[in-house]
Amino acid sequence: MGAKMERTSVWKFALLGVLGWVSVFLMPQPAEAEYADVVINNYADAAGMRPVVFPHWYHRIRFRCKVCHADLGFKFKAGGNKITMAKIIDGKFCGACHNGEVSWSVENCGLCHSGIPGTPTHISGSTVQRLVAPAYKALPQ
Amino acid sequence: MRNILIGMTAAVSLSVIMPAANAEEAAPLSLAASTPITSAEVTGSVPQKLNVSKANVFNRLLKKIEDPNAAPPDDGIHDRANDAVFALQPPKVAYEGLPTTTFGNHIDWVKALDDGLLNPRYDRVDPDAEPFIMDLDIVRPVKASVPDVVFPHKPHTQWLHCSNCHPKIFIPQRLANTISMSAIILGQKCGVCHGKVSFPPETTSCKKCHSKPKPADWKPPLSQATVKNPWR
Repeated sequence: MGAKMERTSVWKFALLGVLGWVSVFLMPQPAEAEYADVVINNYADAAGMRPVVFPHWYHRIRFRCKVCHADLGFKFKAGGNKITMAKIIDGKFCGACHNGEVSWSVENCGLCHSGIPGTPTHISGSTVQRLVAPAYKALPQ
Repeated sequence: MRNILIGMTAAVSLSVIMPAANAEEAAPLSLAASTPITSAEVTGSVPQKLNVSKANVFNRLLKKIEDPNAAPPDDGIHDRANDAVFALQPPKVAYEGLPTTTFGNHIDWVKALDDGLLNPRYDRVDPDAEPFIMDLDIVRPVKASVPDVVFPHKPHTQWLHCSNCHPKIFIPQRLANTISMSAIILGQKCGVCHGKVSFPPETTSCKKCHSKPKPADWKPPLSQATVKNPWR
């Protein structure tokens, strides 16, 4: 290996190295769903619908917690309310507002049923989700 | 082989400046299989062997959100095959002008409310319904060395109703509730909301609750394992 060839190779690989590291920072960074977005998949997948994604932040700007969690009876538990479309069209849970009066009506299926099929019920960005080691043992399927 | 080594060396040295001690330790490892490189070439850089463990990276377990408040189509839980997802409002649009924090939604919701930037309804249909606000601070002593907890009823009653917490989550009586950080992190007590919707327990948010400094003469109690240690 000659000294001259050696020098050019060094520069070539140094340049490659720089490009490599630059490309790492230019790559699309991993995104995470908005904090407190709730995925609800009690029955959706089984019924052939996408799971529901509920954006807490959007509702929080317009209503205080009390409206849904005290007046409408939403429990503080993802998937704990056993919401079905039958209850919604009877004016319960989401149906208290999503009735074409306070907010848009239920024919806009895809606006709620918008999650990736197969996503389990969870709260995005919650403390338990962010633990490095799982806090719970996964249930046998 | 040697060229690749030098290339990697250049890349590594550009990005990470390793302590000299590590460089000395790492050097013999990588040289074992290849042609010997003089010490002059090794100085200031860390040659790496291609088949060395990938576990030795920096911050292997650190999870960092690089793009907070991502738009629904890009957030990883919305199905991009669903056209309606593109009609949903991106959080960043809604958050414009609101005070920021470094955790949760990266929005200081309580401050936004106090400053009058937000006026969420207290009733489903009546925009003029006024919340029932109670201004009472509860001080909870903490065993550990962190400052004691001050629980302010005011910001909580601005958002919630008494019945949301009392009596199911918290018994409204002094010393009747046992609270631990483990319970909170697993979603009990304060963790019913904090860590799911309201600001999460993180290193940068500890002092939001642990806000009353310990008395000047306070010393952390010694563990029994230390007190009873015969070699002490």
